Amino acid sequence: MDFRLSEEQEKFRQEIRDFLKGEIKQGLWEPSCDAWIMGHDPEFTKRVSKKGWIGLTWPKEHGGQGRPYIDRLILTEEMLRYGAPAACHWFADRQIGGAIVHYGTDEQKKELLPMILRGEAYVGLGMSEPDAGSDLASLKTKATEDGDSYIIDGQKTWTSGGSHMNWIYLVARTDPDAPKHRGISEFFFRTDLAGINVVPIVDITGGVHFNEVFFENVRIPKTSLIGEKNKGFYQILNQLDYERSGMERLMANYPLFEALIKYTKETKRKGKPLSQDPLVRSKLAQLKIELEIGRLHMYRVAMVMDEGRAPNWESSMSKVYGTAFEQRLAGAAIEITGLYVQLSPQSKRVPIKGMAYHSYLSSKGYSLQAGSSEVLKNILALRKLELPSE
Amino acid sequence: MQLALSEEQEMLRTMARDFLSDKLPKATVKEMEESEAGYSPELWKEMAGLGWMGLAFPEKYGGSGMSFLDLAILIEEMGGACLPGPYFSSVVLSGFTILDIGSEEQKAAYLPKIASGEKIFTLALTEAGASYDASGIETKASAEGDNYVISGTKLFVPDANVADYMLVVAKTDKGFTIFIVDARSAGISYTVLKTIAEDKLCEVVFDKVKVPKTNILGEPDKGWPEVEKIIQRGAAAKCSEMVGCIQKALDMTVEYAKDRKQYGRPIGSFQVIQHYCADMATDVDGTRLSAYKAAWMLSEGLPCTQEVAIAKAWAGEACQRVMALAHQIHGAIGVTIDHDLQYYTRRAKAAEVSFGDATFYREVVAREMGL
Repeated sequence: MDFRLSEEQEKFRQEIRDFLKGEIKQGLWEPSCDAWIMGHDPEFTKRVSKKGWIGLTWPKEHGGQGRPYIDRLILTEEMLRYGAPAACHWFADRQIGGAIVHYGTDEQKKELLPMILRGEAYVGLGMSEPDAGSDLASLKTKATEDGDSYIIDGQKTWTSGGSHMNWIYLVARTDPDAPKHRGISEFFFRTDLAGINVVPIVDITGGVHFNEVFFENVRIPKTSLIGEKNKGFYQILNQLDYERSGMERLMANYPLFEALIKYTKETKRKGKPLSQDPLVRSKLAQLKIELEIGRLHMYRVAMVMDEGRAPNWESSMSKVYGTAFEQRLAGAAIEITGLYVQLSPQSKRVPIKGMAYHSYLSSKGYSLQAGSSEVLKNILALRKLELPSE
Repeated sequence: MQLALSEEQEMLRTMARDFLSDKLPKATVKEMEESEAGYSPELWKEMAGLGWMGLAFPEKYGGSGMSFLDLAILIEEMGGACLPGPYFSSVVLSGFTILDIGSEEQKAAYLPKIASGEKIFTLALTEAGASYDASGIETKASAEGDNYVISGTKLFVPDANVADYMLVVAKTDKGFTIFIVDARSAGISYTVLKTIAEDKLCEVVFDKVKVPKTNILGEPDKGWPEVEKIIQRGAAAKCSEMVGCIQKALDMTVEYAKDRKQYGRPIGSFQVIQHYCADMATDVDGTRLSAYKAAWMLSEGLPCTQEVAIAKAWAGEACQRVMALAHQIHGAIGVTIDHDLQYYTRRAKAAEVSFGDATFYREVVAREMGL
């Protein structure tokens, strides 16, 4: 057992910090909450790509660096710490590239992976449908073979990244007669094709990160199929472990935590800084304690992945924990800022750039996206604790 | 970074688990709890024979030269088995302190006796103020010739009823000093207090107890930073004990949920029970990860004020959540005195407040954060 990062890893962390601090200093962007999913900045993504920080964990023969998942965790932890606008490449780097490395053909790897590495694939995740949320296997969007093509018909919803995507990762039904888990396949294709209509969904923060996507007679080449036909559901289960596994489930609002600490030091009530109030100190310390416990969960997940095992219950545990923490962070921020929390980020006199307001609203969705906390607890109960399903 | 235990550590864990499950059925725990001594001298000897008392002491003092982290693994198993007795007092609180700040003569004189189990040590620190800060210490030691004379009353002294020696923290001229005191010295009397964990916490009265100056542990008047280290080690080891405690409570609960049928199906198939169990498992793992980190940092000699504070603050509250759900799932059978769950419930509460509760450590974390 060794909780120390290697010297190289510590140097790597410092290098990322220096890079991000430099970017902020140059005024290229401002740290913000949820920037991993809301901060679309193609130029930032290009600069990250130039640093070689996309595809860090992929094998070298596919243009990656063959580095351990823990290195990527360090990278994402720092991106989140500084609230960097990494949304353009986040999904492609986190799960799509890995899925192509794992399930793609040689041709797909040659064509698609370099594009992801260059930071040019802004991927939308086409999974949920109006009647297929937690029960993903009930999806109805069809992919019908037609010569050298598949024809896609149907509707996706809550498609993360949909409003900025140029590629979509789509799960569709390829065998309507098979049992529902066994007739699903995965596809990856460009979104500038005829018949695709993206309708943004405004969330309760006023922002847009998920969308409805309609497919009407969309013709995609057969080479868009990723992995084995009709095995998509099993492929995606594995992919979901990775989707849930990251630091973004714990630290999406880290800029709020930092700002809140600063706010309590600078704001006086009854003649004393808020940070001297025992109740405020206790709340902030509790957040710190919970954050550090969450980081241990996240590092454990990365270590499981580095052992070559899918973190199939560890990532469920860390996501449930992390998203609940973020909701408590928002709650504590509200309690500390008091009446001011009513002021929207655009309002005069809003404290800490409205981050508390934003997080309170945005964190409601954290325990829903990428597996609701209820589904993830089911996974924990069945896979880790082996409780009976009936 | 890697979180797996070494092969040796896994062996230690297996050996400890096998030994304790063989030697310590709950009926035996109960007997030990109800006995006057609060432990079994036979079992004590066997544990010493396995090298447990000296596990983390250097070989030259009769130990096995293993680490604090190794010790934490053993203590985790003790927590899972509800082992009563003075192991914690003698080894964690006293032995390590002597190893840390004792003179060569003191180490040579006492550590082999602790390692062999021949002598039992304990720590007399807390008093009526029931706190772990210096302001709670009223017991005084005044220099008189070659001796100090100690007067005052210590509370919550573990295992004073069976201790041969006590490390006594007392106010001296310009600070605090730690003394190694023969527990049978004239002027010492004790009363065993009835406790929730049925452990032997004692009130110990020091009435003009003479202690030779040579029995000062560390430097006179400069004892408080050392006391803080004792509290830190105690807190970290307590976290490991708590991990064992709540892991066992979780295991028992999951087994019960698989077995117990209502409405024609195991209650563990109901989602609400599954989610309770998932919540318990998440709390157990968070406690384990942070307890290991704290123990590892102590093992490595790294500064870890914040890490120990985080681990203990978390463990204290996580234990209460886990035990509450364990009881909820067990239903009425779990609140009977004949069911094993109550051993863990009682110990979890005692462990929560021992060596600092969450409120105490949140303030430590706040200071560490620069608030």
